[in-house]
Amino acid sequence: MSSNVSRRVVLRGTAAATAGVALLATGARAADHTGHTMDHTGHGGHGTGPMAFDEVYKGRRIVGKPATSGHEAHHGGFAVTIDGQELHVMQNADGTWISVINHYQVFDQPLALTRAGVDALRGATLVPIAMN
Amino acid sequence: MAVRKNQANLTATEKRNFVNALLELKRTGVYDGFVRTHNEFIMSDRDDSDRVGHRSPSFLPWHRRFLIQFEQELQKVDSSVTLPYWDWTADRTAGASIFGADFMGGNGRSRDAQVTTGPFAYSTGKWNINVSVDNRPFLQREIGASGTLPTRAQVDAVLAMPVYDTAPWNSASEGSFRNYLEGWRGAGRVHNSVHVWMGGQMATGVSPNDPVFWLHHAHIDKLWSDWQRMHPSSAYLPAAGTADVVDLNDTMRPWNNVTPAQMLNHSTYYTYA
Repeated sequence: MSSNVSRRVVLRGTAAATAGVALLATGARAADHTGHTMDHTGHGGHGTGPMAFDEVYKGRRIVGKPATSGHEAHHGGFAVTIDGQELHVMQNADGTWISVINHYQVFDQPLALTRAGVDALRGATLVPIAMN
Repeated sequence: MAVRKNQANLTATEKRNFVNALLELKRTGVYDGFVRTHNEFIMSDRDDSDRVGHRSPSFLPWHRRFLIQFEQELQKVDSSVTLPYWDWTADRTAGASIFGADFMGGNGRSRDAQVTTGPFAYSTGKWNINVSVDNRPFLQREIGASGTLPTRAQVDAVLAMPVYDTAPWNSASEGSFRNYLEGWRGAGRVHNSVHVWMGGQMATGVSPNDPVFWLHHAHIDKLWSDWQRMHPSSAYLPAAGTADVVDLNDTMRPWNNVTPAQMLNHSTYYTYA
């Protein structure tokens, strides 16, 4: 167990470094899309980009990082997993976030959104939904 | 003419007929097809790309068409059935009659949020959750654990908004009746907060797993109808030529043969009592 804990510590350091990269990447993307500027008035904190994370919450391994492949990458997005299973997340135009579990309630950051997903799961396992 | 009634005014027979028709659609698999369709739109409707069912002007006509199709399936089972609506500005506690064992059943139990009363309890063997985001096969609710139901005053404030929708035609639209009713903006976050208040599947992309979904959306549809009557000169917007969203005379997926213009008048399908 102790080696597991130390691995988490290391990963947390990596997550922080990744978050820094994500910040830079988000800034660059905003500059590239000048026609898509958003008004963040009244939504303090949304302009800083999503924070990457890798932690154990209520016994579940939750990881969030910029998407490099798959569906989310097409939307300049962010990918989240709970115990290795994808949690479908989406960023709203105002910078807030929703997931397929918390679809009608917005969160400022993917981390809080993912923790809420873990809460709602109550130990259940995410399963991919068959799309037609 | 089909008349959609306030669920609080249904007779015992009307409640039983509605529940039995739901159970029959569930048994045949027709019901789960609606859950799947809804979730496909939930997952693909985005603020920055093509969007039809949610966070866009066609949120209201899309759900009107979706409910009509579902109601027609119910009527194939029992021609006397119409969709009731749930006015959550009036019936707003977990103890309200809508959650009685003779109708929608009650709240989930504390241990695992499982609904254990009424016709959709897992123990009946008639309401397994097949289209799901996780591996739990039972209906869940956590009524009132998150969020609050919108009040009548909050709904009235939204109904007073004169403009149907505004650019950028998504969840960030300001001064938009549609977006404030959908609940991405405005006090009470009207439509969205009811999903959140119910908890369980209602809070997720597979929300139609909970039959309360239909009663909630029938009420949202009625509020749109009320708004149309209050603002007879306010048109559906946008009219034409708008990227990524459904203009007045564009067709809507997944049907591809119906436009918002064709959904503006529901009186050939049903009226509200």
